[in-house]
Amino acid sequence: MQEPSGHKPESSGQTVWPIGVAIGISCVLAGLIISWWVVAIGGGIALVFGFLWLSDLAGHPIARRPAGPPAPAAPGPPAAARHYEAPATTRTGFLSLATLGLGGVIGALVSIPPVFLALIPPFLKQNKKPVDIGPLSQFPVGQWVITNFLLVPSEGPVSKRTAYIRNNGFLGSQPSFTIISNRCAHLGCPVQPLGLVQPTQAKTISTSAGESVTTTPVIAVSGFSCPCHGGAYDTEGNRTAGPPVRGLDRYEFSIKNGHLILGRNYSVASVTGSGANAKINKYDLTGPGQHVDGWEQIFYPIQPPH
Amino acid sequence: MAVARPPMSRRKQLEALALYPLDWLEERSGLVGAVRYFLFRKVPGDINWFQTLGSATLTAFLVQAITGVILAMYYKPDPNSAYESIKHITNDVTLGWLVRGMHRWGASLFIILMFFHMARVFLFGAYKYPRELNWIIGVLLLVLGMLEGFTGYLLPWDQTAYWATVVGINLNGTGPIIGPFLASVLRGGAEIGPDTLARFYSIHMLIIPGAIFALIGLHLYLVIRLGVTSPPWSKTAAGAAWIEDEEEDTGARKGLVRPAPREGAAK
Repeated sequence: MQEPSGHKPESSGQTVWPIGVAIGISCVLAGLIISWWVVAIGGGIALVFGFLWLSDLAGHPIARRPAGPPAPAAPGPPAAARHYEAPATTRTGFLSLATLGLGGVIGALVSIPPVFLALIPPFLKQNKKPVDIGPLSQFPVGQWVITNFLLVPSEGPVSKRTAYIRNNGFLGSQPSFTIISNRCAHLGCPVQPLGLVQPTQAKTISTSAGESVTTTPVIAVSGFSCPCHGGAYDTEGNRTAGPPVRGLDRYEFSIKNGHLILGRNYSVASVTGSGANAKINKYDLTGPGQHVDGWEQIFYPIQPPH
Repeated sequence: MAVARPPMSRRKQLEALALYPLDWLEERSGLVGAVRYFLFRKVPGDINWFQTLGSATLTAFLVQAITGVILAMYYKPDPNSAYESIKHITNDVTLGWLVRGMHRWGASLFIILMFFHMARVFLFGAYKYPRELNWIIGVLLLVLGMLEGFTGYLLPWDQTAYWATVVGINLNGTGPIIGPFLASVLRGGAEIGPDTLARFYSIHMLIIPGAIFALIGLHLYLVIRLGVTSPPWSKTAAGAAWIEDEEEDTGARKGLVRPAPREGAAK
């Protein structure tokens, strides 16, 4: 191996610049969630360290490696001999590397945006908003009511959702509602109320937001069950039989101008007590079939945004 | 000044005329020779009908590809019109019922044939050295084929399609750690919506078929390169001769798996 005159052989040892690049890229990724100026800072860090790394690889270190002791003179093979040197010194080698490198850069430039488009939007801009489901008079105390509404009216029927609502009267001075999502906690099929549905008393109203909401009373409800795989629940949504791993999800609610407003969903491990006095073991919304309590919860440490 | 040629018979002249396009193509591309090599390559003399299952699977896939491309001319991947467009294809468009039926039933046939083909390869020991890589490619093709089934099932956008897909996506969601994220990517969001259908359509008719075509190309390349296996009961041990000529080839190669004879092999 002949070093060009005027060049010392590269000192051995690992370079630390890739770590800087990795930190910069982590900053960029975190910035996508936090804020755009973090992205800019991360990008700057990655660029600076990337440049240092490349210049290092090219054999022209611009800055001294921190804490890099000078290479020992004798022991081991000469450091430079460990490099594959021919391409760096011949025209063919240079052109091969340049073609590969440029090809790689171009390939990355054109493939990153589509991959981003395929994978990232599902985690951004969840357009769930509170849903006005009409005046409280629709929900007589103690009566189960099947309520059909559109989660995102602009999406049309595909966003139709169903909640089973029971007005529990008052808890102290606060109105109390049990609002159970019909999404089965096994694999998401629609659970049905076990009771006598009163289709002749179904009402469709148009709420202030122009959404159409249908309410259908059910009498003598003894629980809920799922047609797909036989999951069964009691009237509080506790699992009583079948494959579900927890109770039925519920909706948060608020009352505005005498209207019942459905807020975010949350998941429920189990409920003790009933009606207004129910004690709900409440968890962040979790997909069907996923444990929220017990040792199995270690399988689902992070939930995507919803 | 023209060189005098021996006069050609009428028959020879017609033959030359008919073959002229092929000669033209062969001279410029070598494609005719390649196709001849593929179609007339040597295979063991005692192969049987079981060895046609791979070709049958390939044919089933080509039927799916062709009918699918045509169905895509009439199908509308939008929640408000998908089901209507399926009804239109089935009831209104000339022969739409037939092409949709071919695609729908052909889908099952494709999966069934893949399993039969795999069973043949397994029972004949054709997955052994040196054909392990082709088995691995075949497994990938099987997985991709079943993904085609999963994504295609949503497209009719009826109740069965919708709820089967809800269950399928939520099954993916129960995978440890990454499951919930996988489910979100499949749905195109936290909830099933208009994006889900278009996403499944794109995966079903562009991404996976592209991958299947590429892998089938590799699969066939390896079949041609490595040759067809004799049945395990073969007495003639087709292809064993040239192996025996090579002293270093012992063990696995002399066992159940016998590569096809090559040009110049001892008979």
